[in-house]
Amino acid sequence: MTAAELSGDLADGLTPSQTVGPYLGIGLPWPDGPDVVPPGTPGLFEIVGTVSDGHGDPVPDAMIETWQADPDGRFDHPDDPRGRAAGWRGFGRSATDAAGGYVIRTVLPGALPGEAPHLDVSVFARGLLDRVVTRIYFPDHAGAHAADPVLASVPEGRRATLVAVRTEGGYRFDVRLQGPGETVFFDV
Amino acid sequence: MVTPTTQPATTHSGGLPQYRPVPPGSQPPLDFAGYRSTALRHPTQPLLLLPQRLTEVTGPVLGPGRVGPLDHDLTRQHPGEPIGQRIIVHGTLRDSDGRPVPDSLVEIWQANAGGRYRHKVDNWPSPLDPNFTGVGRALTDAQGHYEFVTIKPGAYPWGNHDNAWRPAHIHFSVFGQAFTQRLVTQMYFPDDPLFAHDPIFNSVRDEAARHRMVSSFDLEHTIEQWALGFRFDIVLRGRSATPFEEPHQ
Repeated sequence: MTAAELSGDLADGLTPSQTVGPYLGIGLPWPDGPDVVPPGTPGLFEIVGTVSDGHGDPVPDAMIETWQADPDGRFDHPDDPRGRAAGWRGFGRSATDAAGGYVIRTVLPGALPGEAPHLDVSVFARGLLDRVVTRIYFPDHAGAHAADPVLASVPEGRRATLVAVRTEGGYRFDVRLQGPGETVFFDV
Repeated sequence: MVTPTTQPATTHSGGLPQYRPVPPGSQPPLDFAGYRSTALRHPTQPLLLLPQRLTEVTGPVLGPGRVGPLDHDLTRQHPGEPIGQRIIVHGTLRDSDGRPVPDSLVEIWQANAGGRYRHKVDNWPSPLDPNFTGVGRALTDAQGHYEFVTIKPGAYPWGNHDNAWRPAHIHFSVFGQAFTQRLVTQMYFPDDPLFAHDPIFNSVRDEAARHRMVSSFDLEHTIEQWALGFRFDIVLRGRSATPFEEPHQ
């Protein structure tokens, strides 16, 4: 008898999450992982940031993944009823380095129906038994942020943790897993 | 943890799929005292509900082009064969409605037969194997089936508590079809005596859910004079019956 049969819970016999552990670096990074768009794409910029823990120490064994619409707000996906933006990768992945730093190279996403432009973000790490989910918004769209339903659901004092900061080469978005300035995380 | 509320529902044919909430106890908590590394890395503020809209119900289509011809066979990535028990690990990737996830990337990484990872921070006194990297990739087929050839990883010590050893496991990373379905987990082997002592395994509090991470010996996939077979099916979140209508532009 399998475990699923024993549980009598076939309707939702979900496989549990487990931590990526300290050795994710051999299995998950790709050479082109940070490249949501190919090098040389017009409008390309870097999002850089540091993942830190409850003591403010960097997390060197974490991984960031991003998922976003293209500049027109479209995805290459069969469940988007508006049709597919064929060839749009939309996905970025970066393990953190010894200083907890990551980099994603991308372009600004377009607005979505009823939502300001954003990236969905998954954070994995040793010590995280499940991923945590957050969003990156951009200061360029401050006007649209006021009408964004997700930002509106976040207590005002914490909204800034979801908005990237402009830098010379693009943006900075730090992830604080715990403690002062803790990043807003979502249950999706 | 915030209890997810019911999503607004509609029968509009142009609506978005909605993925059912995760049943309580089926996933580990982010704060679990037995696994010490969670202490400073779990959020202390409550999670806020993220409605499932376009970004959440779509996800990367990763597959063809990401997998080389020998990526699924971890015993053939070097000039010689790795030391250890040769095994075939296979199974089906599907959602909890039974719908297979076809053409989807499955990534694995693992220790060698002696329990050592080819990673710069793993330096416990067990040898590296020059013929084993411990990294694999495969695509699910049209029925959601995947298959790897590898060697059985060894148990290894870690610093969580006195005389702590991780049960043998293979790390799995799968995407499903939507951001909501993304999953990284660990596959264990049947009847491991270390289960009772491992806080990562026991962080999943529901016993039946915990044992969904344990593969089963599969004689039908065992190849005579060659390799033992193990089956590991992966189940991702299924969809609600009623879709959510995206506001029109």
